[in-house]
Amino acid sequence: MRSRGPHEVEGVVGRRVIYALMLLAVVAPMVWRISFKERPSAMTRDIFAAIEALPPGARVVLSYDFDPASEPEMKPMGDAFSRHLALKQARIFYLTLWPLGQGEIDMVTRRVLASEYPEYRYGTDYVNLGFMSGNEGVISVAMTDLKKGFPTDVHNASTGVDGGLSIMRGIDNLRNMDLIVDVAAGYPGLREWIQYAAVPGRIPIIGGSSAVKSPELFPYVPAQCLGILAGIKGAAEYEQLLLERYPHFDRPESRVALERMGPQTVAHLVVMLLIIAGNMIHLTRRRREGGAA
Amino acid sequence: MTRRLAIAIVSLSLLLLVLIRASTGVMANPFNDPRALGSWTAAFFTLCMLSFLYGDNPFFRFAEHVFVGVSAAYWMIMAFWRAIVPNLLGNLAPEIPVALFGMQLPLDVPLTQRLIYVVPLVLGLLLLARFLPRGRTLSTWALAFTVGTTAGLRLVSYLATDFMAQISNSLQPLIVLRDGGIDPGRTFSAVILIGGLLCSLAYFYFSRERRGALGVASRIGIWVLMVTFGAGFGFTVMGRVALLVGRMEFLLRDWLRVL
Repeated sequence: MRSRGPHEVEGVVGRRVIYALMLLAVVAPMVWRISFKERPSAMTRDIFAAIEALPPGARVVLSYDFDPASEPEMKPMGDAFSRHLALKQARIFYLTLWPLGQGEIDMVTRRVLASEYPEYRYGTDYVNLGFMSGNEGVISVAMTDLKKGFPTDVHNASTGVDGGLSIMRGIDNLRNMDLIVDVAAGYPGLREWIQYAAVPGRIPIIGGSSAVKSPELFPYVPAQCLGILAGIKGAAEYEQLLLERYPHFDRPESRVALERMGPQTVAHLVVMLLIIAGNMIHLTRRRREGGAA
Repeated sequence: MTRRLAIAIVSLSLLLLVLIRASTGVMANPFNDPRALGSWTAAFFTLCMLSFLYGDNPFFRFAEHVFVGVSAAYWMIMAFWRAIVPNLLGNLAPEIPVALFGMQLPLDVPLTQRLIYVVPLVLGLLLLARFLPRGRTLSTWALAFTVGTTAGLRLVSYLATDFMAQISNSLQPLIVLRDGGIDPGRTFSAVILIGGLLCSLAYFYFSRERRGALGVASRIGIWVLMVTFGAGFGFTVMGRVALLVGRMEFLLRDWLRVL
């Protein structure tokens, strides 16, 4: 008789029992508010230091290349970057290469900038250039002429000299930027920003990536990219650094990723236990079947 | 029978919980508050999608089709208003979007620039020609232009930032010095990086039989690859759990308000 593999633990435990266990592992820490203090990695500290070092008025592109499907991972990163950049009084150029990213930018500008930084003025301190179709082609165009790539902002105001957006004065292309920050969940995303803007234009870039895409982006660090926040763990580490450096940020809305790390840790423990259990069941069966033969 | 009973118990429990919380005023009323209607709709579709965990069912398929349809429509509308109107019409005939849609666009576009934008207009129309009975051949011209341009654009950037730069990034000193002495942490890291890279390359070297040093290196290479796949799996689990946490937060905190 053929020995069954560890993946066939389903015959013993049952697929739906595993789902129920995962659900419990996620919901229980939320109910009892279990959270852990994060120890930021060296890479997260490098990213934090890059934004900390920005002088007031620095020009920063903040690209929101994700959609609601990856929002639980990416939004905490985008919020933390926006908070930190606004605190450093950077001039933020929001844009996105994903159609549904425009809604995400609308939300962050309303929730974070308008409510927490009322002194931050649209058109002077930040601008929402919105979505532009064309993937990496848009980055290439913006490298030579940003206003050609984004002729209007989301409110249909011209990005040219006659548009009334004072933040656009003196901006010709992406080479005028002091930093690019890309929060991306896939294609087009951080890889394209590195390939078409950061490397050819020698523009410093940092990024936040979905956990799934992170391993294939790490080879770009540190030579071509200063650092990457990987998934919700990276976002939690960044929030921890923000709280340590600026304790007045200690509010529920600034701890979203930190709070999500509680369920995350317990769920990972359950997955690890299931993998060990599956292998033990497999080995026990194989030994028993070998003995019977 | 057991399966149907389980579905019935779970559905009725959830319905009862919702009714109790809605009747006591804890949950927002979707008939009074438009934002609450959005939450209730999102909760309904979330539960429809999660129902797939039990098995394929009409609720899941309905939610899936709605999601695909709404996404396609949203993409089309966004591309029209954010690309075709300001970029194509805005350069070809800026008077139209300025007069019709109140856009702030420069009207002094030179004639040469206007003529250049006839090319993307024609190529775009050629793409749509595939819907005509004899238009399929015409659409291949536009496709060929798109494929050729993209390939050219990507080839250069891949060669510069991936191929050459990645080789350059891998050429690191094996012994890292700091403050006049050896930095043990970074030295260990560099040895693992270079050793792992060479062993992984050895695994993909098929021109010689894997015996001796090559055999040992390729076996280590397999382990390096396995560790890489394991790390990738760990990151994938983290990403998926984060999405589940996000949905649970929405259901329990924003919709049911039990947290």
